Amino acid sequence: MSTDTVTPGAAAPVRATPATSKAVARREGWRRRAPLLPALIFAIIATQIPFLVTVWYSLNSWNLVNPGSERFVGLSNYADVFTDRVFRQAAVNTVLITGGCVLIAMLLGIGVALLLDRRFLGRSVVRTLMITPFLVMPVASALIWQTSMLDPVFGIVNFVIGTVGFEPVDWASSYPLVAVIGALVWQWTPFMTLLVLAGLQSQGRDVLEAAQVDGAGALRTFRSITLPHLRRYIELGVLLGAIYVVNTFDQIYILTQGGPGTASTNLPFYIYQRAFLGFDIGQAAAMGVVVVIGTIVVATLALRLLFRTFSEER
Amino acid sequence: MAALDTAVHTRQRGAGALTVLTWFVGLLFFFPVFWMVLTAFKHEADATTDPPKLFFTPTLEQFGNLFDAGAGPYFLNSLFATTVSTLLVIALAVPAAYALAIRPVKRTQDVLFFFISTKMLPVVAVIVPIYVIAGRIGALDNVWMLVVLYTAMNLPIAVWMMRSFLQEIPAEVLEAAQMDGATLRQTIVQVMLPMVAPGLAATALICVIFAWNEFFFAVNMTASQAATVPLFLVGFMTSEGLYWAQLSAAATLASLPVVLAGWVAQKQLVRGLSMGAIK
Repeated sequence: MSTDTVTPGAAAPVRATPATSKAVARREGWRRRAPLLPALIFAIIATQIPFLVTVWYSLNSWNLVNPGSERFVGLSNYADVFTDRVFRQAAVNTVLITGGCVLIAMLLGIGVALLLDRRFLGRSVVRTLMITPFLVMPVASALIWQTSMLDPVFGIVNFVIGTVGFEPVDWASSYPLVAVIGALVWQWTPFMTLLVLAGLQSQGRDVLEAAQVDGAGALRTFRSITLPHLRRYIELGVLLGAIYVVNTFDQIYILTQGGPGTASTNLPFYIYQRAFLGFDIGQAAAMGVVVVIGTIVVATLALRLLFRTFSEER
Repeated sequence: MAALDTAVHTRQRGAGALTVLTWFVGLLFFFPVFWMVLTAFKHEADATTDPPKLFFTPTLEQFGNLFDAGAGPYFLNSLFATTVSTLLVIALAVPAAYALAIRPVKRTQDVLFFFISTKMLPVVAVIVPIYVIAGRIGALDNVWMLVVLYTAMNLPIAVWMMRSFLQEIPAEVLEAAQMDGATLRQTIVQVMLPMVAPGLAATALICVIFAWNEFFFAVNMTASQAATVPLFLVGFMTSEGLYWAQLSAAATLASLPVVLAGWVAQKQLVRGLSMGAIK
């Protein structure tokens, strides 16, 4: 797009000495960078510095309840973290909750998106109803699940399963992980639906029609054309969903308080307990660092995908 | 001909069944929200019954009670933290996105990578020092602390989104503006901003949703002065006895702003949730 052919008049610009042209280039570089700097500096101060401080805290033994107890202990916090049975359980629960929620929500999301990708009466109304769970304040919806939906005596869920002859269930204490994952799936299915639906609607109609002309059935068309096309939308949904769901706190805080015992404690909730209820700063910081290292693997994958999605768009 | 008729009929009936199924699924997902709103209009006696009551004499009593229960300051804090942090995010993100999209700087990819990686940093990894430092500088239970945290939380999303919107402006338009002798400021304010106004609105919407609904920072960094709406709701958990109707009214009112905004801006929602990757 830039002009390679230069008009004779402009061909011989005023020759700058190397020193000035370097200065000009540097000033130009700064002029380009300047608008970026406030955001960059803010992000570094607000996220990187606290993280470095976390690393420092993790090398210290420090309990807020005993002022002056702070002392350098090297890696012993990490040794404690890895031998901590509850930490291991919290790690397993985090994987179960994240994996379960993302997987189920994505499968449901694909199904709902396929249903919504048709012309029918009231399509935009159903779409609007469908996305609402994602918009409701998570604390509000967790409270509604805890009371109106899952209460062992007055809850709707027990009322419904009672009509077909099941005994009432105390969901939060008998099946805490099911309760948490259920509430999360309800919240995240709309997210997956929206992404997959966007993928479905970006499909070329001509390709689908060509497949129909060639005599491919609906199932065959879906498997050979739609699913490969949806792949990157599905990957994007899974990875973005996982990034958010790994940090789940609200639902656990409200529905189960991590219990009974530690049956539904995930890493964010456990670190919160250690830091803000146990005031054990060193341990909590060490756990935070371990979680970050674990997240880096997933995050790297997610980033590659985002970049690929962007470069394909252009 | 008869065979064709039957085939058409079967297909129509199949389509009808799918439509019914779609409506059923949509209503099923919406049901907890419907029930929340319904319960908000009940007397407490109608809220906890076995079997649950669908029909009852509606009342506005619960909504009235909310303000006696002191909901006002919580809503004002949420409003303040959400609005100010969103304005700050936009003020920081637009120039940054401009630098990354229109006049790419060296290592644009690295900068983008950095921004998004801060979003993937689990909050629990930074909450401890933030809490300790805020305690030392006396910023605990201060709504400005939430403003700063929400700005940091939403900044990467906003940079990515705004960059994707700015990239859509054809280079010719900006060149033409410069040819006409427009200064950089004029180009940005008079040419670019009107073109990306919908994108700007979508970005702001996403920031508002995440800030308004945020709970983790709010529960850890605030106590009584700066507490936001989610904390008002959580307050119902500790009170003895069952006040489901009261709770539902609070939950309805707390969710209303974001639900309405999201309904209105459904189209932009997808793009925002995918950080601009899906158009």
